[in-house]
Amino acid sequence: MSKHPSSFTPKGLYPAKTKWITTISLLVVLGFYLLSSFKTDSFIVNFFVKLPNVFGLISDFFPPDWSYVSSIWPKLFETIHIAIIATTVAVIISIPFSLLTANNVTTNSWLYQGMRFILNIIRTVPDIVLAVVFVGLFGIGAFSGIVALIVFAVGILVKLMSEVIETIDMNPTEAIRASGGNTLQTISFAIVPQVLPQFISFSLYVFEINIRASLVLGLVGAGGIGQLLNTQINFMNYPAVSTIIIIVFAVVVVIDYISSKLREGLV
Amino acid sequence: MAKELTLPEKPKSKIKLIKRITILVALVLIYTWTFTSINIRWDVIFSERTLDNFDRIIPKFFQPAIDQTGSIMEMMFETLFIAYTGSLAAAIIAVPLAFLCASNMVKNKFLNNIGMWILGGVRAFPEIVLAIIFVAAVGPNPFAGVLAIAIGSTGMLGKLYSEVLESIDMNVVEALEASGANKLQILFYGILPQVLPEFLSYAIYRFEIDVRASSVLGIVGAGGIGTLITFAYMNRNWEEVGMILLVIIITVTIIDQISGFIRKRLV
Repeated sequence: MSKHPSSFTPKGLYPAKTKWITTISLLVVLGFYLLSSFKTDSFIVNFFVKLPNVFGLISDFFPPDWSYVSSIWPKLFETIHIAIIATTVAVIISIPFSLLTANNVTTNSWLYQGMRFILNIIRTVPDIVLAVVFVGLFGIGAFSGIVALIVFAVGILVKLMSEVIETIDMNPTEAIRASGGNTLQTISFAIVPQVLPQFISFSLYVFEINIRASLVLGLVGAGGIGQLLNTQINFMNYPAVSTIIIIVFAVVVVIDYISSKLREGLV
Repeated sequence: MAKELTLPEKPKSKIKLIKRITILVALVLIYTWTFTSINIRWDVIFSERTLDNFDRIIPKFFQPAIDQTGSIMEMMFETLFIAYTGSLAAAIIAVPLAFLCASNMVKNKFLNNIGMWILGGVRAFPEIVLAIIFVAAVGPNPFAGVLAIAIGSTGMLGKLYSEVLESIDMNVVEALEASGANKLQILFYGILPQVLPEFLSYAIYRFEIDVRASSVLGIVGAGGIGTLITFAYMNRNWEEVGMILLVIIITVTIIDQISGFIRKRLV
């Protein structure tokens, strides 16, 4: 009978250092969670304590007040119009800017870094805060909402677009230039075909985001269905509120579906 | 004798042409509808009052109310806590839903579709609408914000998680199964090591978005810095709005940098 000189005992799949790092990060995450639950008064228990409220609310919200639908349509269409105009203008504005923030087109490092910095700052401002500022400047109405959404959408679009432009294949550009194409021909036959599908896809994507954003802009007076929502909440007219929410939900789902089908066809 | 040079004809397809014409007509119709029915009062926007507003408001943004820093920072921390608690809860709730949606985990088309419908339905609600509902349910406090963020983030995280799950290497799972591992062992040694870094990366990315989202929830009374925005805006206290904007921009930038760094290390 042979005995193993020393039986092999595996220490585990992961090295000790990884284990330590994982344990410490887990503790930090958990500690921060406890702290923030304490600060925001939102332990899981609270949810179950307040569950009766939630059910009580559901009975307030139901049944939705369908007679209210007729007064929703005008504001709903205004919301969609705001999103359409804002997206269109934003797309037009973002074309030159995205060229300026793509490092293979803009080779000047200062200009490139400067543009990136400005856009990063624009993107940190939430859409509603933009709406607050523009409502202050232009007064209550759809125009403030449109301007706010344009600024918001340009921030997103330029980032997405410049990334696409940075990844294009530069060989066709060279080939066309070598066979005697001028700058305009180079752009229209080498660059545009490569970025156009993505560009349209992103525009539709930003349109989806804008629809969602424009639904709530009215809360601060920037036009659209949010205004209606705000009034009805202040009146505590919950059946009407639930009608608005259901219609908003339906519109978002339909527009997302159409836009995602179109985008699937494109890319 | 010079031979006539003939180029091959450009490929033309009738279907493509019809498609293009349909799209063009649809676009023209949408834009005519938009521009004829939108109601913008240009005379009010381009008036003396707007110019006055510009003169009055813009300089105040550049003299932010530094003396308010203490109270603004306190609310900003509350915002961060709301975002953290909400996105952590979402990161956990999204896991089972993602397993339900992933077609290689649950081999039942019907259950997959149910999961997809739940996640899609949740995603269709803008966060602020969820916040309105939860404020009505649990009262105007940070807890409503936490719930709104948690539910809102679950939709996106669940979808991203399920895409990660569907792209894993199933050979590992098969090998474990063949060597007699039970379901739990397969989960811990076959699936989780493959998906955990990406799950974490997406969760941290969602936290970035949630910081932005939770900074506006206060507008409907769900706690955080949005509450201050509403007060400052209603009192036309633009110095304070400027200071709040500054704090939001700095905080969001710092969070983005940290999370970008962590995510680069993870994946």
